[in-house]
Amino acid sequence: MSVSGPSKRARLAPSIRLQREQVTELLIPVLAVVFALVLGAVLVVLAGKSPVDAYTALARGAFGSLGNFAETLINITPLVFTGLSVAFSFRCGLFNIGAEGQLIMGQIASAWAGFAITGLPPIIHMPLALLVGISAGALWGAVPGYLKARLGVHEVINTIMMNYIALYLSHYLVIGPLKAPGPIPMTPAIAPAARLWRFLPPTRLHLGVVLAVLAVWLVYYLLFKTTLGYEIRAVGQNANAARYGGINVPRNIVLAMAISGGLAGAAGAVQVLGLQHKFLDIFSFIGYGFDGIAVALLGRNHPLGVLVAACLFGTLARGAILMQSIARIPKEIIGIVQATIVLVVAADEIIRRFMRPRRRAARATSEAEGGVGHGE
Amino acid sequence: MLSGRKGESAGVVCPCNGGFDNQVPGAARPSGGAWHLSRRGYVALQPHDKTPLVEMRGITVTFPGVVANDDISIEVHPGEILALLGENGAGKTTLMNVLYGLYKPDKGEIYVRGKLAEIENPNDAIRLGIGMVHQHFMLIPPFTVAENIVLGTEPVRTAGVLDMAKAVRDVKELSARYGLAVDPTARIESISVGMQQRVEILKALYRGAEMLILDEPTAVLTPQEVEELAAIMRNLVGQGKSIIFITHKLKEVMAVSDRVITLRRGRVVGTVPTRETTPEDLARMMVGRDVVLSVEKRSREAEDVVLRVEDIHVRSARGLPAVRGVSFDVRAGEIVGIAGIEGNGQTELVEALTGLRKVVSGRISMEGRDVTNRQPRTLIEQGIAHIPEDRQHRGLILNFSIAENVILERYYKPPFARGLNLDSREVRAYARKLIAEFDVRTPDENVRVGSLSGGNQQKVIVARELSLEPRLLIASQPTRGLDVGAIEFVHRRLIAQRDRGKAILLVSLELDEIMSLADRILVLYEGRIVGDMKADEATEEEIGFLMAGGHRKPGGSGGERGERDECVGPEQESTAGAQHPAPA
Repeated sequence: MSVSGPSKRARLAPSIRLQREQVTELLIPVLAVVFALVLGAVLVVLAGKSPVDAYTALARGAFGSLGNFAETLINITPLVFTGLSVAFSFRCGLFNIGAEGQLIMGQIASAWAGFAITGLPPIIHMPLALLVGISAGALWGAVPGYLKARLGVHEVINTIMMNYIALYLSHYLVIGPLKAPGPIPMTPAIAPAARLWRFLPPTRLHLGVVLAVLAVWLVYYLLFKTTLGYEIRAVGQNANAARYGGINVPRNIVLAMAISGGLAGAAGAVQVLGLQHKFLDIFSFIGYGFDGIAVALLGRNHPLGVLVAACLFGTLARGAILMQSIARIPKEIIGIVQATIVLVVAADEIIRRFMRPRRRAARATSEAEGGVGHGE
Repeated sequence: MLSGRKGESAGVVCPCNGGFDNQVPGAARPSGGAWHLSRRGYVALQPHDKTPLVEMRGITVTFPGVVANDDISIEVHPGEILALLGENGAGKTTLMNVLYGLYKPDKGEIYVRGKLAEIENPNDAIRLGIGMVHQHFMLIPPFTVAENIVLGTEPVRTAGVLDMAKAVRDVKELSARYGLAVDPTARIESISVGMQQRVEILKALYRGAEMLILDEPTAVLTPQEVEELAAIMRNLVGQGKSIIFITHKLKEVMAVSDRVITLRRGRVVGTVPTRETTPEDLARMMVGRDVVLSVEKRSREAEDVVLRVEDIHVRSARGLPAVRGVSFDVRAGEIVGIAGIEGNGQTELVEALTGLRKVVSGRISMEGRDVTNRQPRTLIEQGIAHIPEDRQHRGLILNFSIAENVILERYYKPPFARGLNLDSREVRAYARKLIAEFDVRTPDENVRVGSLSGGNQQKVIVARELSLEPRLLIASQPTRGLDVGAIEFVHRRLIAQRDRGKAILLVSLELDEIMSLADRILVLYEGRIVGDMKADEATEEEIGFLMAGGHRKPGGSGGERGERDECVGPEQESTAGAQHPAPA
């Protein structure tokens, strides 16, 4: 390195810079988590408790027994799907805040397919019910996608509104046409053939966990190894260039929103077919869809990152419940920890500045000279 | 008449008596182009005052892996225009950012008026009388000109109430003194780019700048605005200010500067008085080898019609008529150049031809087949390639790798696509091939395109488009913002395409580029073709005149633009001048 001339060094620079960027990219979420946990510990101390006790209880709550561990995995599963859902839409430059509504549609549709259809063998009924749930979510995502692509209506507005439509539609269905006999607003139980296999009795761990991991791989493959993924990413990164290159931008927007919705729908379907075995009326949003936004953000919109982030959030949420009951530490502290993680990741520029004090100048040059920097 | 052109108003002449070049007697006229005003015929006030106004000594700046400035020393004297010449990435802007306090050097000192200066930030620089006009303007669009100029140092009345009347007065006074015509009450978003630049200059002057740094000031200007800027620069140094002006355009250096410092790879490779050098010498210093400034082109017979455009009408993004009945042919083996000032329908015409904008009426046919209002992909498959005018917003996906970018138009075809799968090995191999063939300077094909220099980005686009083996190439501003070496590269490739019997439509704002490459020249003015001539029969004066909306034949058709005097040269009808009255 020291012997090579300036030209050679200049040529080598981009690859070095790129690696550095990647390291930063990985470090930011990790640092955010560490910082948030430290902050959580401080809060525990302020609340007059021992942070060691708190985090021990949290760890035991999450991993302490086979049952706890299984419940943690169950908690993680829907977050993986909704995280993938939001991340997928982000990859196409779209902000799907509607995962919540798409999830509800997935729940109610798969519940319907579970109880209304009878007499099918599990090998057909279970995937069918799942597929119905996914399709309902996809449809719920495709509508705002279409409105965006054809009329230019912003998807953020539409997906938010579609959330409410989904919520109130589910109320109507569950106290009306799809209601099971009896006083409780819920659908009839789904047929045993439609249930996801619980493979680790006596725990409730079900096939949905495997499906979530499968979905991570599928989304990764779709995004990075197929022409479809190429188109969607191209549209997300630069719609002008995509159109110039002959890519049908509106079609990809609708498609991306449909796939994103389908993933959120899968989250709902898995919850119904694996755990609840019916659709129970919900009074307000459950939150998996909204948490999916945080998961996608923390996971940097990469499927593997989403998996890791979902594990973290699922574990924290699950552990917090036991932390509260064993160590008598309010679980809201974990809420603060989660919020801090999201905040730090969202405001990543702060960390970047700490890590690279010379960034300002470096950026100024590369911007102005269009040189070997990383400006855009 | 704008007060800023006081000195040149005598130079506005009728094309009938020999063009509109400058009338300064005895001044050597630089070879052609938009800088019609030749180099100053007079000497700067105090060209070699004993103490330089600003002196930078031994400035060294390193970025991770790159030495941006390597022991650079320069000095600027009062009343001098110093050109800082160099290719993209040579370190010009870095050096000026150091001077303006945007970056602290690893080594080196700055002296202002002979005294060691600590410039930690732009405020320090401003206090020392150094002002900078960035390539990308730092203005607030919804604010007025006066508001932008006084921003940060607003005149106030008692109790901190903003004294807008005084601000407007101050701006008017300043604008009259330095001949920078602006309308103080106009909003930034409603004025031309040229006037925005004048606002930036006024902003610096308002803060008491004695020395101005202009970073690539002509990159965004029309030829007319470039001339106005040249006049402004001369006026400023005439009043004792100094200017450092960053550029990679040789012609501009020759036309306005007193002295040239050439940088290459972060080092000073030469300091010469402008009058003692030639564009060829400068190009050699800048690039480090001999550069062919003029393009070699064999004459060649044009063959069959490839593209036929018949009376097309196209609307702009704002829904206004932008192309108003344009017809022309492009034949195999010829380059048809479209000359014109920016905003006369070039963008819309190219977009219509490439399927990116709807044609309202008229017909476009490619090799006899009607292709009016076809989708971009259909047109690409018909053999039309397109080098877009804006490489960052349309030509490339900056966050994609080079490999991902070169397949933008053919990712869905074998060998890259197998069913739904994308064969990344094939993609990368293809990218490596193009990188080698088109000499793209990059460590490998996985590098993000956004991290390449402008010239290399353009090479990626040229490589991608030419490798489509198009029968028609539409090149829109193919060398905008490129340095000499890269321009030469692009020009050679275009000529090679033509020599291989391809049809080429070249749209450029650089009249020189059109003149040297095109076989036939069309002049576009307000959405119509107002001139159609063979390149070897065309003169720069005539085209320049047509570009500005003048009539070709004295006493000719005249009709709709009859209100305009036949002898009005383009200088009087610049966009900026037309929009706003000059202050009295």
